[in-house]
Amino acid sequence: MNIGVLSLQGDFIEHYQVLQALGVTPRMVRLPKDLEGLQGLILPGGESTTIGKLATAFDLMEPIRQFGKSHAIWGTCAGAILLSKDAERDQPLLNLMDITVARNAFGRQVDSFEVDLPASFLQDGLEMPFHAVFIRAPIIRSVTGEAEILLTLPDGQIIAAQQGNLLATSFHPELTDDYRFHQYFLELVRS
Amino acid sequence: MEQQVATFKVKKGLAQMLKGGVIMDVVTPDHAKIAEDAGAVAVMALERVPADIRAHGGVARMSDPELIMQIMDAVSIPVMAKCRIGHFVEAQILESLGVDYLDESEVLTPADEAHHINKHNFKVPFVCGCRNLGEALRRIGEGAAMMRTKGEAGTGDVVEAVRHARTVLGDIKRLQNMPEEELMSFAKEISAPYDLVKETRDLGRLPVVNFAAGGIATPADAGLMMQLGVDGVFVGSGIFKSGDPAKRAQAIVRATTHYNDPAILAEVSRNLGDAMVGRQVTDIPEAELIATRGW
Repeated sequence: MNIGVLSLQGDFIEHYQVLQALGVTPRMVRLPKDLEGLQGLILPGGESTTIGKLATAFDLMEPIRQFGKSHAIWGTCAGAILLSKDAERDQPLLNLMDITVARNAFGRQVDSFEVDLPASFLQDGLEMPFHAVFIRAPIIRSVTGEAEILLTLPDGQIIAAQQGNLLATSFHPELTDDYRFHQYFLELVRS
Repeated sequence: MEQQVATFKVKKGLAQMLKGGVIMDVVTPDHAKIAEDAGAVAVMALERVPADIRAHGGVARMSDPELIMQIMDAVSIPVMAKCRIGHFVEAQILESLGVDYLDESEVLTPADEAHHINKHNFKVPFVCGCRNLGEALRRIGEGAAMMRTKGEAGTGDVVEAVRHARTVLGDIKRLQNMPEEELMSFAKEISAPYDLVKETRDLGRLPVVNFAAGGIATPADAGLMMQLGVDGVFVGSGIFKSGDPAKRAQAIVRATTHYNDPAILAEVSRNLGDAMVGRQVTDIPEAELIATRGW
């Protein structure tokens, strides 16, 4: 399976490591030609403004947008912001998912947190909650059109959404040793 | 389902999100906006860039909280601030403002000549400077969640950043080739906690993100440090002491991403105007060197 990781800025190496542990050789995506022959793409965590500006400067926005119309893409944190159609401020977005996000919605870095969350769509997801790490994380403010809510915090705030082949999480499965979210994405790529 | 805040994982995690990026020194909200527009991953808010601290002399302290708050209001990217080595009350004050990272920095005048801050006591994560593996692991032992080379701040001369990056990375290679029974003596030799020495050996890298800092002034300098193996770069005086800060800032951001592609490095290096004039480290009297501060 050919899975690319957008590697302009952020924690792309952490995604490579999980993919490698699952037997997938990741491909570094820095220029439009790197998308050729890929079956799926991960947009990592990082600074969404930085990644968006670099993707614009190196002509990646439109090719990724086209790629997402027929392939699986998963965005974690900054990547989820890039997938959205609205981030409540002026910055480059892919406009692929019918979600609006609020950046840094939990506050500043001192408010970053970890929490265990039951996730029924993951393997054994109710008995073994998923450990989610939130770092200056966004919240998915609204889910409209064909997008669906995948996961919420106990207070109802949306932190994961899916729209067909497209997946957005406001936390970082790549920062844990639990590979179930990556497995879920790889199944999405296969289907 | 209890939420845990200020764990080492989330402290270290923010630094992981900054990797492959450029953190820029800014002294006004306008500078901060220029840095954000250029693609900086974070800004370091301070009253004077290191080149001016050198030029002015005198005691260099934490910046005015009012300035830092104005900069925090101006941008959406993380804001860092500097406190003096060992000055835990400056650190408490800066933490209360809600800054995203604290730099216990040798660029300011040290407040304690024997002890660094106990960084475990804080919710805000810390970055610290290092010249070698022992210094890096002592700081991590005290709770630092991110490291950077010290380099020689405010000079625009990359030679010390190169020396420090090569020393840290070389020490790690040496450690990896060592039989396990030699680790305790090695930990003693470099004055570092044994557990962190062992963890570094197992990982083949520092247990936290490691950036380059101190003397980076051009896209080529950023590419050099990235190819040597650091995770990202700080640019202090190099941007706002140059002829065209916005353009140079953007070029250094692009160079840090495409550090392995000489054609792109050439393209982004074109027509940047004057680089900061700078000062050769070898011309600086020993008493004026900054990198030797810290213990």
